[in-house]
Amino acid sequence: MFSFVLQRILVTLPIMLGVALVCFALVHLAPGDPLVSILPPDASAELQAQLMILYGFDRSYFEQFVSWIWRAIQGDLGTSIATGRPVVDEVLKAVGNTLRLALVATVIGFLFGCLFGFVAGYFQNSWIDKLASLVSVLGVSVPHYWLGMVMVIIFSSLLMWLPASGAGPGSSADWAWDLEHIKFLILPALTMSVIPMGIVSRTVRALVAETLAQEFVVGLKAKGMRDFGIFMHVVKNAAPTALAVMGLQLGYLLGGSILIETVFSWPGTGFLLNSAIFQRDLPLLQGTILVLAVFFVVLNLVVDVIQTMLDPRIARG
Amino acid sequence: MTTLSGFPSTSGISPVVASPGYWQTVFRRVMADRVAMFAGLVILFLLVLAVFGPLIAPLDPYQASMMKRLRPIGTEGHLLGTDELGRDMLSRLIVGARLSLFMGITPVICAFILGSLIGIVAGYAGGLVNTLTMRTIDVFYAFPSVLLAIALSGALGAGITNSLISLTIVFIPPIARVAESVTTQIRSRDFVEAARASGASAFTIVRVHVLGNVLGPIFVYATSLIAVSMILASGLSFLGLGVKPPEPEWGLMLNTLRTAIYAQPWIAALPGVMIFMTSIAFNLLADGMRSAMEIKQ
Repeated sequence: MFSFVLQRILVTLPIMLGVALVCFALVHLAPGDPLVSILPPDASAELQAQLMILYGFDRSYFEQFVSWIWRAIQGDLGTSIATGRPVVDEVLKAVGNTLRLALVATVIGFLFGCLFGFVAGYFQNSWIDKLASLVSVLGVSVPHYWLGMVMVIIFSSLLMWLPASGAGPGSSADWAWDLEHIKFLILPALTMSVIPMGIVSRTVRALVAETLAQEFVVGLKAKGMRDFGIFMHVVKNAAPTALAVMGLQLGYLLGGSILIETVFSWPGTGFLLNSAIFQRDLPLLQGTILVLAVFFVVLNLVVDVIQTMLDPRIARG
Repeated sequence: MTTLSGFPSTSGISPVVASPGYWQTVFRRVMADRVAMFAGLVILFLLVLAVFGPLIAPLDPYQASMMKRLRPIGTEGHLLGTDELGRDMLSRLIVGARLSLFMGITPVICAFILGSLIGIVAGYAGGLVNTLTMRTIDVFYAFPSVLLAIALSGALGAGITNSLISLTIVFIPPIARVAESVTTQIRSRDFVEAARASGASAFTIVRVHVLGNVLGPIFVYATSLIAVSMILASGLSFLGLGVKPPEPEWGLMLNTLRTAIYAQPWIAALPGVMIFMTSIAFNLLADGMRSAMEIKQ
């Protein structure tokens, strides 16, 4: 087990380095001067040169990359060009908001996905299975930013039950788990939960069907085990993969929240990324993507390890 | 005999390219699958709109009118109402099919070509080439696809070409992975060994024996990516990173109509219905093809 974890970590390290390289390259992929957004149009060549040195754009790519990585490891992602504040502060604040949204969405999606998947797997080819399959196809096919708009139309514009945008009443940025704040979370979280719901229900349906078709289930039935006992066996067989899928979905939601956050003006990483792109704030863009990608890689690693701990067949195989 | 993963049968007398019998069976099975056939018809309908859209559209999709902004659905002369600039919604939705499908399908085609090439070379070469290629692919896999697409087009800047490039880069890694794993399996089969022993060059083996057997599975996989690509491409336009106004494109239309969400909510939602429909159709067709290829004997 220990050697497996160590091995996984060793595989992850070069990937992390590659991820950092891609994030770094993104900025240099960008056409035009990286300082164009803060320089006044009539800036003197002298001022421009000064800023180039200040932000380190005058050094070689290799030097810039090494110093960027070195500072990133120490928790310094540079300064936002647009706001002048440290990128780390901005990103961490946003990550907190996105994580809250993504976690709630993943839990909702997982619970309903498991429910649909189990029912569909148990009653294969019945109308309930067909309905569950339909729900999962709809879930993976729906453009979620559009679903968000439809949610706003129904629940904010027509019914006026829930707020359409923001993450809390007034302009306060602090979150609290009270009704006033949770109201703001419901629509974006529900919208976001549709994606993992579809995928989890597909996976669970296949797992349940596969487990039920195995010989040991027939054996258990022959032995006289009750349905509930068999159900527990099915759960035990399906859980590791289902949990792994859930973990990965959380990662996808964290990285893919930008569209939903834009629809609901949710002040998370997606929102931050959006403003970084349109203000051409390259350090902020670079930093946000790096944090999200590293988070995703670490999450993958954790999911892998937990899955192996739950299901020893994987390590052996 | 079929391999577990449902790949074409490669045993038998003729090892040359997947036997026509197999593909005939798959085709027959897809044709018999009512859901997949319906999805296919929807796609055909959308393709007709994409090709002949400007001829079918009742009005000029660019003709704005300050007097006729945001007319409701069912207005005389404007069956689906008008948008925030008074342009006919029905015409824009029809003409929008061309750009929307182009933006969604092109990246998958490009990625299909490049990804297959990378995957087949890596799978066939094996060894160090394989390791280096696949580890590089792993790095791109470390980014959630939406994030990678947005980060790339954000860095490259808005526009049709840049969106197409970003999405192509997003789809190359998954396709290359599938291509690599299929090729690796085929490579170790007896008939490839036999061809090698009889002196066929690597190029000939890949062209004759490998391509015919790996392109099918990769193609089906790529079809299922079109649904994702449609959503992502429109999503980029929705964010303002893809197609620029005043071009009719469903994602961009959703974006500009967001301001009308309280005035004419159903009109604002219409372009999304088109994206949703396209994406469902491609998903169902891909599902049908996948299950048709899993021929159990």
